[in-house]
Amino acid sequence: MNFLIELYNFLKIRKKFWLLPIIIILLIFGGMIILTQGTAVAPFIYTVF
Amino acid sequence: MSKKILGISAFFHDSSASLLIDGKIVNAVQEERFTRIKHDSNFPINSITFILKNNNLKLSDLDKVIFFEKPFLKFERLLETYIHNAPFGFSSFRKAMPIWIKEKLFQKKIIIENLNKISKFDKKNLLFVEHHLSHASSAYYPSPFDEAIVLTIDSVGEYATTTIGIGKKNKIKIIKEIHFPNSLGLLYSAFTYYLGFKVNSGEYKVMGLAPYGTPKYTKIIYEKLIDVKDDGSFRLNNKYFSYSTKLKMINKKFEQLFKATARQPEENLKQFHMDIAASIQEVLEETIIKIVKDISRHYDIKNLCMAGGVALNCVANGKIHEKKIFENIWIQPASGDSGTSLGAALYYWYNELNNQKIINNEDDMHGSYLGPAFSNDEVEKQLRLYGAKFYKYNTQDILSISAEKLSEGRAIGWFSGKMEFGPRALGSRSIIADPRNENMQKQLNLKIKFRESFRPFAPAILFDDLADWFDLDVASPYMLLVSKVKKNKIIEISEEQKKLFGIDKLNIKRSEIPAITHVDDSARVQTVHKETNFKFYSLIKEFKKITGCPILLNTSFNVRGEPIVCDPKDAYNCFMGTNLDMLVIENFILFKEEQPKKNIINYKEKFQLD
Repeated sequence: MNFLIELYNFLKIRKKFWLLPIIIILLIFGGMIILTQGTAVAPFIYTVF
Repeated sequence: MSKKILGISAFFHDSSASLLIDGKIVNAVQEERFTRIKHDSNFPINSITFILKNNNLKLSDLDKVIFFEKPFLKFERLLETYIHNAPFGFSSFRKAMPIWIKEKLFQKKIIIENLNKISKFDKKNLLFVEHHLSHASSAYYPSPFDEAIVLTIDSVGEYATTTIGIGKKNKIKIIKEIHFPNSLGLLYSAFTYYLGFKVNSGEYKVMGLAPYGTPKYTKIIYEKLIDVKDDGSFRLNNKYFSYSTKLKMINKKFEQLFKATARQPEENLKQFHMDIAASIQEVLEETIIKIVKDISRHYDIKNLCMAGGVALNCVANGKIHEKKIFENIWIQPASGDSGTSLGAALYYWYNELNNQKIINNEDDMHGSYLGPAFSNDEVEKQLRLYGAKFYKYNTQDILSISAEKLSEGRAIGWFSGKMEFGPRALGSRSIIADPRNENMQKQLNLKIKFRESFRPFAPAILFDDLADWFDLDVASPYMLLVSKVKKNKIIEISEEQKKLFGIDKLNIKRSEIPAITHVDDSARVQTVHKETNFKFYSLIKEFKKITGCPILLNTSFNVRGEPIVCDPKDAYNCFMGTNLDMLVIENFILFKEEQPKKNIINYKEKFQLD
């Protein structure tokens, strides 16, 4: 939670809220990479096939 | 109650910790010295533990802990770079993001966790300072000036790669910045990689190799790789570099530009490589001089302070001094990232707490002797553990015996007093030898340091005798200025010798002190002062009494790839693993031929080559 508050404050001070959606997508995307520990596209391919 | 501030640098390269008590620099140490991993980037738990123990403190006694950079800001730069370059850079993104998401974004938490491993720490006391502000603070606050231009140049911090600031009394203000990916440090590192040396470590080799070559490629570098304006501002042509999008410094276009692939580590060095080194060194020097000249035109300030990895390029520093653009120059001895722990703490003390900067004639670095020291009892205990054969003498005898052995051509491992902070050994953890011996450079490089034969050694000279031996008119206590050996000490070389190229130049005796005279008749001078290292000063004085020469060859006490020795155990191991003849640790003398055979170790293979 502390981390999210700090991240919010950081974006506010830096006036970079436009980065927020990118950060969210990247965090999800990055999270997937960690989960799969391999290629980032793997989870998508698995759902397609 | 005195105020205690701890600075920390970690997770990039050269982790370190520094302690200020009431603004005075008490200790500063690099983690690599304890872990024996060169450029160790791990959290400096050993450094902090040493500092606390040495000053009889707990973490709860500290008023603040200051970290040297801002992780969120760095993450922002990383994201913006990926967005800017998308879809290129995906492979780098894929490798970098898990590390960021797992660790780097949560650096605050990791720092607090690590500190709590040492002793209880209140997280409210942790603060962050920007990377280049930490560098700038490490350069200005310990300097003997109350007003100075502060120039920092390195590879990259958060965004900045080069900054110009003004230090006035107790405040620093950054007034100009050049941002990533335009970076002189990264440009130099790209060439370091191209020449087959390790990035962030082999830059010194490029600088040492440059005098063997001719700057034939300077024009190509200016035309294709870097656009430098008259005011010293510059822009790199990213078509030739990969560091923004990949985990590589250069791409194929870079290799095609010079019509040769990158040299493999340990591959033979050819004249081409030397010419490339000479060219990039020239470009670096010219660019820095343009920057410095432009600042001097705009501000009526006579002092210059420098820090950042590029400020360790002592050849460029020597050129700035030679041109007399500024009246006085002061360069932080730990200019690389290790010095940022000190800068971060100093920034908080002066800029945030608003304490006054007191100006002395000397700087505040105490000769950079800021690490651990060992008593005779501790040394003896360690030597007995090894079953080593040693002799104990009083200090005067240590000096006279050592000076005599040096004059007979012996190379000595010299361990005395507090360990140095920064990459240079300044007479506390040094290998010393007679600079008049013409075989000494080769012998030291190949048999003792196990490193490339082209690499030069530095002279440590009594400050009082400087003018007789070098074209340098100021003190250089931290080995950060290169200067020419005086003409009257130079030996005229024959027409035949003048025609020699590359490494063959090494075999020429160029001066009365050939072991420290580089192929361009220059030397990386260390002036030795009795105020900061009386024992080392006295040793050189003894040597002068015997030989008439007030200079000793001084190189770091380690082998290639090894961090400089820290404690008596490291010193004994290095002594037994190399062809060093003699070891002096505090008041003890050891001779190699008398040591037990079982203590001889295969040292050469022990460390990863740098």
